[in-house]
Amino acid sequence: MNMLKLPIYLDHNATTPCDPRVVEAMVPYFTNAFGNAASRNHPFGWQAEEAVDIAREQVAKLIGADPKEIIFTSGATEGDNLAIKGVYEMYASKGNHIITCNIEHKAVLDTCRHLEKEGAEITYLNVKPNGLIDLAQLEAAIKPSTILIAIMYANNEIGTVMPIPEISAIARTHGVLVFTDGVQAVGKIPVDVKNDGIDLMAFTAHKMYGPKGVGALYVRRKNPRVKVTAQIDGGGHERGMRSGTLNVPGIVGFGKACEICMQEMEADAKRIGLLRDKLENALLKIEESYLNGDKESRLPHVSNISFKYVEGEGLMMGFNKNIALSSGSACTSASLEPSYVLKALGLGDDLAHSSLRFGLGRFTTEEQIDYTIEQVTNTVNKLREMSPLWEMFKEGIDINTIEWAHH
Amino acid sequence: MAYSEKVIDHYQHPKNVGTLDKSKNNVGTGLVGAPECGDVMRLQIEVDEATGVIRDAKFKTFGCGSAIASSSLATEWLKGKSVEDAVKIDNMTIVEELNLPPVKIHCSVLAEDAIKAAINDYRKKNGLEELQFEESAIH
Repeated sequence: MNMLKLPIYLDHNATTPCDPRVVEAMVPYFTNAFGNAASRNHPFGWQAEEAVDIAREQVAKLIGADPKEIIFTSGATEGDNLAIKGVYEMYASKGNHIITCNIEHKAVLDTCRHLEKEGAEITYLNVKPNGLIDLAQLEAAIKPSTILIAIMYANNEIGTVMPIPEISAIARTHGVLVFTDGVQAVGKIPVDVKNDGIDLMAFTAHKMYGPKGVGALYVRRKNPRVKVTAQIDGGGHERGMRSGTLNVPGIVGFGKACEICMQEMEADAKRIGLLRDKLENALLKIEESYLNGDKESRLPHVSNISFKYVEGEGLMMGFNKNIALSSGSACTSASLEPSYVLKALGLGDDLAHSSLRFGLGRFTTEEQIDYTIEQVTNTVNKLREMSPLWEMFKEGIDINTIEWAHH
Repeated sequence: MAYSEKVIDHYQHPKNVGTLDKSKNNVGTGLVGAPECGDVMRLQIEVDEATGVIRDAKFKTFGCGSAIASSSLATEWLKGKSVEDAVKIDNMTIVEELNLPPVKIHCSVLAEDAIKAAINDYRKKNGLEELQFEESAIH
């Protein structure tokens, strides 16, 4: 235990550290090989272009795509915007209806809200209590004007993995395109755009041990050939779909990160999954603690747990100098609204306010997990001694029968 | 957002956590907030009936660090004060003492409300008229 270096990072769904091998690959492209990949007439440009081509292959390979199907972006938020707005504009003559769900990332939800103002009709499917969508409900929502289904591959808060192959099979029979936000899944679990029947997918480097500020949008070129209307106009880079000088060092790092994931993902997932299970099993032994989201169809490195009768932010304060993680509570936001994802699962506000998200990663160790189990358990116990709700629970009083003065 | 040292100190070493016997006539209990809002505070006072001075004060709080610190501080301030003076505790003095940022002012409001609710509970038990307070501005 004396080898333990603090603070510990368990917030890998927010971002990941760059793998040192990624940084090493990037460094030359800041200084010596600084060329603009669009400079066609000199060696500096050729060098940059070649580096981008290699990276494009590495990125494409990880998701089973053709390199020509990769559009580099600044990240997944841009990819989400380009895919949804781009399809909406490109396929306007076909229809204006988009189906999504209520636990999508804000980059998808807010893009849909934006399009609603421009005349789009959006269906926001409710997820089941386990965080997965109901396929029958999805199919029933499709109508002649439906042009796109936008469902995330894996959820960022609870880690649940959506049935993407089944979703795209349904979409295909109705001639509807499928877009998925693959941010949390790509590089963590096998994602294959061909097998999964995905038409468009946004993902980003910094969630898979690559640098921030670079991502990609996969756009299918065959069966069917998909097109999106550019959202950024300019020099016509990325086959006209995304103008702007390419972030060569970032793209090189992204490529390297994909290559490493390709080689190590399986072993990483196995090792991290065991650590996650150890953590989860220990924490679920605490009285009145509950796992949020489906236990089976889930990413191997995520666990979201509610500790009833203690408040998430107060709980984190017990150890957040030493352990970095996230809470579904939003005591700092002006609205005081807890996580919309947890509420969409049907959790009461009290349980949503009591949740912690543990996101393990490539460099997480067993010592870190042991320390985390100890710290979280101790803090939950300490705060429950201080919690009037815990006292009521122990006295057999149902807190739902109390008339609270609502704020 | 970093917490102030005083908030951290109250969080790590909360003063007067506990429960007083609410069946006693000289104990007043205030329970404010709601689980849905992420804050519930229970504050209790025990009054010396001969002198009208608050002899003991206890709290239990479900909430963030600032809510715990606000209620811990409130119990410290209540002890030894007369009921009359206790009514005058203003949430802004809690804000100043703990250096609470704007997003945490509601925690101090909750503590002020808890004090008033506890005093009114005590007054009611002892046949006194409940005091009327203006609605708190920030909820």
